[in-house]
Amino acid sequence: MSEFEPKIVAFFCNWCTYGAADLAGVSRLEYPPNFRVVRLPCTGRLNPKFILEAFKRGADGVWVSGCHPGDCHYIAGNYYARRKFIVMHYMLDSIGLEADRLRFSWISSAEATKFQHMATDVVEHVRACGPNLKFRKAPLILGMEEVA
Amino acid sequence: MASDNTVGAVLVAGGGVAGMQASLDLANAGYYVYLVEKSLAIGGRMSQLDKTFPTNDCSMCIISPKLVEVGRHINIELLTLTDILSIEGEEGNFTVKARKNPRYIDMSKCIACGECTKKCPKKLNNEYNENLDTRKAIYVQYAQAVPLKYGIDAKECIYLTKGKCGNCKKVCPADAVNYDDKPEDISLKVGSVILAPGFAPFKPSDFETYRYYDAKDVITALEFERYLGATGPTMGHVIRPSDHSDPKKIAFLQCVGSRDINRTDHGYCSSVCCMYAIKEAIIAKEHAGGNLDVTIFYMDIRTFGKDFERYYEKAKAAGIKFVRSRVHTVQPEPQNGVMIHYITDGGVSNQEFFDVAVLSHGLVITGETKKLSDELELETDHYNFAKTSTFAPVALSRPGFYACGVFTGPKDIPTSVMEASAAAAASTTKLTSARSTLTKVIHLPAPVDVSGEPPRIGVFICHCGINIASVVDVPKVVEFAKTLPFVEYATNTIFACSQDSQDKLVSLIKEYRLNRIVVSACSPRTHEPLFQETLASAGLNKYLYEMANIRNHDSWVHAGHPAEATRKAMDMTEMAVAKAALLVPLKENIIDVDPTALVIGGGVAGLNTALTLSSQGFKSVIVEKSDKTGGNANRIHSTPKGESVPEYLESLKKKVEEDPNITLILNSQVNKADGYVGNFVSTLSTGEEIKHGVTIIATGALEHKPSEYFYGKNPNVLTQLELDELIKANDPRLNDAKNYVFIQCVGSREPDRLYCSKVCCTHTVHAAIELKKRKPEARIFVLYRDIRTYAQKEDLYKEARSLGVIFVRYDLDAKPEVLEEDGHLKIKAFDPVSGHVLVLSPDFLVLAAAMVSGNECELAMQFKVPLDQDGWFFEAHQKLRPVDFATDGIFMAGICHYPKPMEEVIAQAQAAAARAATVLIQPKMTVGGIVAEINQNKCSGCGVCVSVCPYNAISLDDKGKAVVNEALCKGCGNCASSCRSDAPSLRGFTNAGLFAQIASAL
Repeated sequence: MSEFEPKIVAFFCNWCTYGAADLAGVSRLEYPPNFRVVRLPCTGRLNPKFILEAFKRGADGVWVSGCHPGDCHYIAGNYYARRKFIVMHYMLDSIGLEADRLRFSWISSAEATKFQHMATDVVEHVRACGPNLKFRKAPLILGMEEVA
Repeated sequence: MASDNTVGAVLVAGGGVAGMQASLDLANAGYYVYLVEKSLAIGGRMSQLDKTFPTNDCSMCIISPKLVEVGRHINIELLTLTDILSIEGEEGNFTVKARKNPRYIDMSKCIACGECTKKCPKKLNNEYNENLDTRKAIYVQYAQAVPLKYGIDAKECIYLTKGKCGNCKKVCPADAVNYDDKPEDISLKVGSVILAPGFAPFKPSDFETYRYYDAKDVITALEFERYLGATGPTMGHVIRPSDHSDPKKIAFLQCVGSRDINRTDHGYCSSVCCMYAIKEAIIAKEHAGGNLDVTIFYMDIRTFGKDFERYYEKAKAAGIKFVRSRVHTVQPEPQNGVMIHYITDGGVSNQEFFDVAVLSHGLVITGETKKLSDELELETDHYNFAKTSTFAPVALSRPGFYACGVFTGPKDIPTSVMEASAAAAASTTKLTSARSTLTKVIHLPAPVDVSGEPPRIGVFICHCGINIASVVDVPKVVEFAKTLPFVEYATNTIFACSQDSQDKLVSLIKEYRLNRIVVSACSPRTHEPLFQETLASAGLNKYLYEMANIRNHDSWVHAGHPAEATRKAMDMTEMAVAKAALLVPLKENIIDVDPTALVIGGGVAGLNTALTLSSQGFKSVIVEKSDKTGGNANRIHSTPKGESVPEYLESLKKKVEEDPNITLILNSQVNKADGYVGNFVSTLSTGEEIKHGVTIIATGALEHKPSEYFYGKNPNVLTQLELDELIKANDPRLNDAKNYVFIQCVGSREPDRLYCSKVCCTHTVHAAIELKKRKPEARIFVLYRDIRTYAQKEDLYKEARSLGVIFVRYDLDAKPEVLEEDGHLKIKAFDPVSGHVLVLSPDFLVLAAAMVSGNECELAMQFKVPLDQDGWFFEAHQKLRPVDFATDGIFMAGICHYPKPMEEVIAQAQAAAARAATVLIQPKMTVGGIVAEINQNKCSGCGVCVSVCPYNAISLDDKGKAVVNEALCKGCGNCASSCRSDAPSLRGFTNAGLFAQIASAL
């Protein structure tokens, strides 16, 4: 496959989006195999550092998905996550990463089709951004004189 | 009854989903269970289903954990291949004589390797796949069967019938085959009996109309279900049976062997066929890739359950065609397929070719079950269903005998499961003195202390039959896993969840001294508890476990990309291993359980829950908003079975008032709720503070106030309950009334209230019969969309018609028109049969108003439990946990869950009590595990964690440092992600573990 295949880290809450992904499986809804899921009890558990860590390690994109407003199993975790996410989004811009590399969504455990569409959409947006090289160290090409 | 001879054990006959649930609830409430199953394995009909409606959950996936739970429960004794011979004695002390038929396999030796089956020369019809393929004479019923032990079909085995062959014995590596096995008669002592013998699907062979007996392309719905199943004869590929080609057009014919007194004696509705036909149609379309043309021929579509109507609408939107017609002739075509001849609603004769005709056959009580009822002297109705009353829906006619499932009438899985829990409660009300006298206690091996040891990880990669292995290269993943850090042992397994795999896991943990386990299989949401229990039984702390979901998140969704799917499975396994290496054993805390229940709502559901709990020896407090108990039932005159509701209510209220275990608080509601399972504290509007171990929500529902048809404007327009009140009061206005019109679905099945209120059709038909009986010359018209008198209630519909009640159908886009002329009602309705507009001038217009939720948002917020989009309380699982909330210790009963008739309300109330009893019986219970902890060295006392904690579980101690109340903490991790200095950490989801997962994902 010559086309660039992005690597995406996804953080799903156990109760809603992880369930939607389960249901997408049960319903055999195909989507691109480009992301790896980290299961969290709640998007409220999402420390912004996790997102930075993923980018730092070379992720081309990060997708965070939790319960719909009002549906949080832990009452309000997804609201706290949303606040953190908005700050993150601004920060991403200031460190020179495209906003499209980070996605936040609400998918309930019954919305398998929405999950499928979102998964496809996230992958396509990140693909359009191209490889994330920002956090990777540029290869050192040094002449002998510089080393000396 | 003298308590000294009361037996603390219960016989459950029938190992289907109902029998299994009853067994689990009994065994978890302190009673020893003998679960008798006549076949080789438990699982019943549900194990044969591909999917379940309306969630399209994979049937095997959801039943499998229950199968294993039953199979491994220390207080359930599974007796397979066993027939009941006789039951003597009386409630509290029965003697059951039973015969264990020979399996010819030593269960203790069989390792279910399948070598015997491979070498067995005798091919036979495979009943599990509805005889669409073959099995051998030595076989297991299905791949995930419990117990997973082979058995020999003695009638067919060549050795047992002719003395030749003996292949299986020769090849069995475990020497498990025993041709000399003999029947064994046993005697069991039990206090009560639950019968759950289930049903057989109707065999349409005698119907010349449908040509099932000779046309290859006419099949039954259960056969079609097996074609859809991944473990079916075509592994889920839909075919035209005559030539195995891909069908383009499929027809479903409803009510085959149901609602039929012409060719069969089955006047009843089988309750489930409309939904399963829609389900099979939806799944078939998915399997066939969209171009499949599906038509369902029906009389009335009966999608009356929770979320069913939406399912029906979804099917219509997906292009499934619904034709209202009872097909009169099915003609096989010379080559393939069939010609279906039918008459349309408008009276036009039509014919249409289909590749396959699927017969939606009904549920039937078998001759064997009828014989059992007769031998046990149990009353049955004219359809051979066991008789029950509305007010004791799971009690049979003979004391000490209870029932659940289809034995008492056709019903779906959730209703059967509800009844199963109800039967567990009802069957033990007289046995409480003997509770916990026969049960065994699990002695878990002392936990092995693995702290300080380097991780030794065991990795198990599941094939899930072919679910994973057909896409993912499992051996490759295993080899890869072996290369990962700290992995001591890695292997593959066909079904990681099966009992033998679980046993193997235990022995491997011991053999290789594994101290972390990773299973790459299905979803931790369904299977984590099962594996964790296995870890505990091997002496390993259950939190030293991690799962990679390579089925739902991988093989099932990347079937077209096996290479990528295998890569993904490897990554997912690596992520799990990386996290597992950093897991530490977690402690669980023992807390006290307050043995009191808080029942919110004093209607029929609430009162029955409290009474059932009281009969089990538990106290409850009923909180009722209004000034009297009884709820909506106060307005109802009689049940469709003809029982008097006022009389019942009077005795029910009296029992509650006299019960020393029940405290009734009227004119009050819950203002504030705190706490958690075992230890709730609720503050009432009266200021009173109630401590309780469990909460049962039974807040009921309301009758919708219609805004159409002159309701509230003309005094002669009534709702059903208002009519009932008139009947109840013998109102003189009824004496003069001669003409009635009923309009069904007022406010139900409309775009903005997309559900069926379930009770109204039966209610209307019952009221119409009552009015006709009072005044035979009364003219009664019922304007309806689909008549939904499901199960035996269909008899009432028939009776109403025979009494002269006239039923006129209308469509949503051509609703009846109600006019008022000089205060008199005039109704115009189009009659599709005659093609004319009828003009009716009734004395009374009765509206079957929808049942609507009581808008319980506040209560839902207080107890942190969800409501669905229609405002009904949302259960933990629509199929298998119909009375539980996802939150431990909170249950629901009655019509706050969904509209349902009184017998189902009472069954659910008893079920809620049974489920609650499994909590209340434990004087102490364990909580905790995945909770937050604070590293006080890092804590600056800023209080951010305190403010973000949704459960008030964190506070600052006297040194100004944060502390966590582990019993309140639910493990959301908000604190851990919000602290600037990483002082809080969520056990099981630590930063280190999650960073490791991120690193290995990339």
